[in-house]
Amino acid sequence: MEIPYTVEANPDTGLNNPKLGVWLFLASEIMLFGALFSTYLLLRVNDPAWPKGEDYLSWPIAAFNTVVLITSSVTVILAWGNLQLKKPDKARIFLWITVALAFVFLFAKFYEYNLKFSHGYYPSTNNFLAIYFTLTGLHGLHVIGGIVVMGYFVGPGFKMATERPQQFTNRIEVVGLYWHFVDLVWIFLFPILYLL
Amino acid sequence: MSGSHDDHHELGFWRKYVFSTDHKVIGLQYGITALCFLFFGFCLVMLMRWQLAYPDMPIPIIGKWLGAGTTPEGAMLPEFYNSLGAMHGTIMVFLGVVPLAVGAFGNYVLPLQIGAPDMAFPRLNMASYWCFLPGGLIMLVSFFVPGGAANSGWTSYPPLANIATTGQTFWLVGMVFLITSSLLGAVNFIVTTLHMRAPGLTMFKLPFFVWAQLVTSFLLLLAFPPLEAAGVLQIMDRVAGTSFFLPSGLVVDGVPLDVAGGGSPLLWQHLFWFLAHPEVYVLILPAMGIVGEIVACNTRKPLFGYKTLVYSIIFLGFMSFVVWAHHMFLTGMGTAISTFFQTTTMIISIPSVIILSNLVISLWGGSIRFNVPMLFALGFLPMFGIGGLTGLPLGLTATDIPLHDTYYVIGHFHYVVAPGSLLALFAGVYFWYPKVTGRFMSERLGKIHFWGSIISMNGIFFSMLVQGMGGVSRRLADGGATYAYAEPVLYLNKVMSHSAWLLGIFQLFFIYNFFVSRKKGKEAVGNNPWQATTLDWQTPTPPPHGNFSEIPTVYHDPYEYSLPGRDDDYLPQNVEA
Repeated sequence: MEIPYTVEANPDTGLNNPKLGVWLFLASEIMLFGALFSTYLLLRVNDPAWPKGEDYLSWPIAAFNTVVLITSSVTVILAWGNLQLKKPDKARIFLWITVALAFVFLFAKFYEYNLKFSHGYYPSTNNFLAIYFTLTGLHGLHVIGGIVVMGYFVGPGFKMATERPQQFTNRIEVVGLYWHFVDLVWIFLFPILYLL
Repeated sequence: MSGSHDDHHELGFWRKYVFSTDHKVIGLQYGITALCFLFFGFCLVMLMRWQLAYPDMPIPIIGKWLGAGTTPEGAMLPEFYNSLGAMHGTIMVFLGVVPLAVGAFGNYVLPLQIGAPDMAFPRLNMASYWCFLPGGLIMLVSFFVPGGAANSGWTSYPPLANIATTGQTFWLVGMVFLITSSLLGAVNFIVTTLHMRAPGLTMFKLPFFVWAQLVTSFLLLLAFPPLEAAGVLQIMDRVAGTSFFLPSGLVVDGVPLDVAGGGSPLLWQHLFWFLAHPEVYVLILPAMGIVGEIVACNTRKPLFGYKTLVYSIIFLGFMSFVVWAHHMFLTGMGTAISTFFQTTTMIISIPSVIILSNLVISLWGGSIRFNVPMLFALGFLPMFGIGGLTGLPLGLTATDIPLHDTYYVIGHFHYVVAPGSLLALFAGVYFWYPKVTGRFMSERLGKIHFWGSIISMNGIFFSMLVQGMGGVSRRLADGGATYAYAEPVLYLNKVMSHSAWLLGIFQLFFIYNFFVSRKKGKEAVGNNPWQATTLDWQTPTPPPHGNFSEIPTVYHDPYEYSLPGRDDDYLPQNVEA
């Protein structure tokens, strides 16, 4: 039994199954983060004494992390592009760089969390820190999810690049879409938590 | 589909029946699990009904087994009553009706009706079931943690839910699993419907059931994540000590709570109802789809106004996202906001009425076959009508304010979900049983089940409407015995309880019928025993792995019954006329 449109595009939608699937998944993710961003807004407008980000957080670490994530979004595109050019070895290097950058992001985040805890700043301290830890924590989980998936593709799953190159290219494209979304969430998180 | 390499090797027991990726096996897994949960959830309410009819009297027979922590000397503690209430709602909605309507019928029937070999993502489909089951088990386990299961109502309103016992945390974690499960399912259904229709099967040739499932999937996809967000926030509140939902200056048992404060309990209500209103349509749309299939097949004529039905159901889906705050009129919202939500609520009733009217008009001039599925489907129509009409007063502030939080509300939504959705789901079980097993369920037992259920359900829920208009509040562990104004309608508590237990007895006929007919039922001759037109009946019985011996080509609209000038009175979608 063969499932149609796993690789080639459906003529009605112009997308293959995984790509339509990941767009739908991202739609639901937007609703998830949308609800949390709304929570942030509501808490903030209800609190006249809402702190500034710099009172608790240090923006240079976050700015560094922003650069790291944006770079990783570029490298995952480069991996996909090289797969399309039938250069799987080069693609693999870019995938490894993407995973490595994701780890760099997590380590920086871990360092930052540690700094907060050592200053006695916990989620329970106030609502600003509560929403900070919730939003960045959930975002961090998404980064970990990306690492797991890309780690699989670059490691044990990479043999598909030679066996079924078209499908593998699609997979990288799909995980790339997800990764851009994770990046995009951070691009919203950075200003609302650290700068405003 | 024959000849491809996957068909050759025989799968082992575990891959075939437990960790199967076949949509039919997953559908049955969902169906049987959901029926078990439905029965369990119903047992919880049968216990509650004892407490309501005979407050604080020892429960006969089983009272002494329930343990001293919940029922000392056989009589129910109010805390345990609260747990039962919260878990009854949660189990019936999230572990019973939704998995049965979407997980079971959607999984089993939808790919067959669109002529697909399987779902678009078979492994995600399996993962969906295996997220659902742990979610359900976590809910069940929570009965045994200290303090018992969640006891803040199925709506889990903070601040009460924030300071509730450990069971609430289990509830939240369980919900995260269930939400993940329905997210995977929703993505799968949408991609399958959009991409895997058989050649010739355009969107407006889809059976109404498929449309209902498609719209339902969009609701699940977009409405559930806000509840997941709310669940995460409440977990943070309970575990990490944040105060998203805790206002400043909260005092519990005379002691000020040691939290930062500044949060908003209303925030939870908004996030919760943003899910839970579309959820109402998740409960009802697949039921409407099932009824549509059965009505068309058993009146032997096309559904009246097929396109109107489709447009109505799409419009219903959109509107269901902008009515949520009609659950919150009592929170002191301003008139501008409440006017908005009253207006949208009145607007959303229009497509529901169109759907119901179309289904009723479909009966006109048909030569109706009164078999068991049709009886249940016919029962659905007036019962859902009562459910819908009793909802109108709740959508307008002037009448909602006195009725809010009374038994009237409970009567209203039970009319929608129990004699509404559940009757339709039973109809679906009776209808597709011959496709799954090759045998009919017993006609006689089915009729006893139908008449017993519909009479006792009305005994329960109509009494609720009366009690509610008499002013009896919901969620009282003594059924209103301590309130003088409840006195004139208090006798109805006994009517309701005895009806509920009677309803329980009539379900035994269904359970017996369900299991015994598999081996002993009347054999269904051929692949299409109801002479239906849709593709699900044009497969071998039971459908093999891969469903169709060859992918069908579709030539006709879904309900070509009684075409003039033909010998037989139906024209299957895939038969070239």
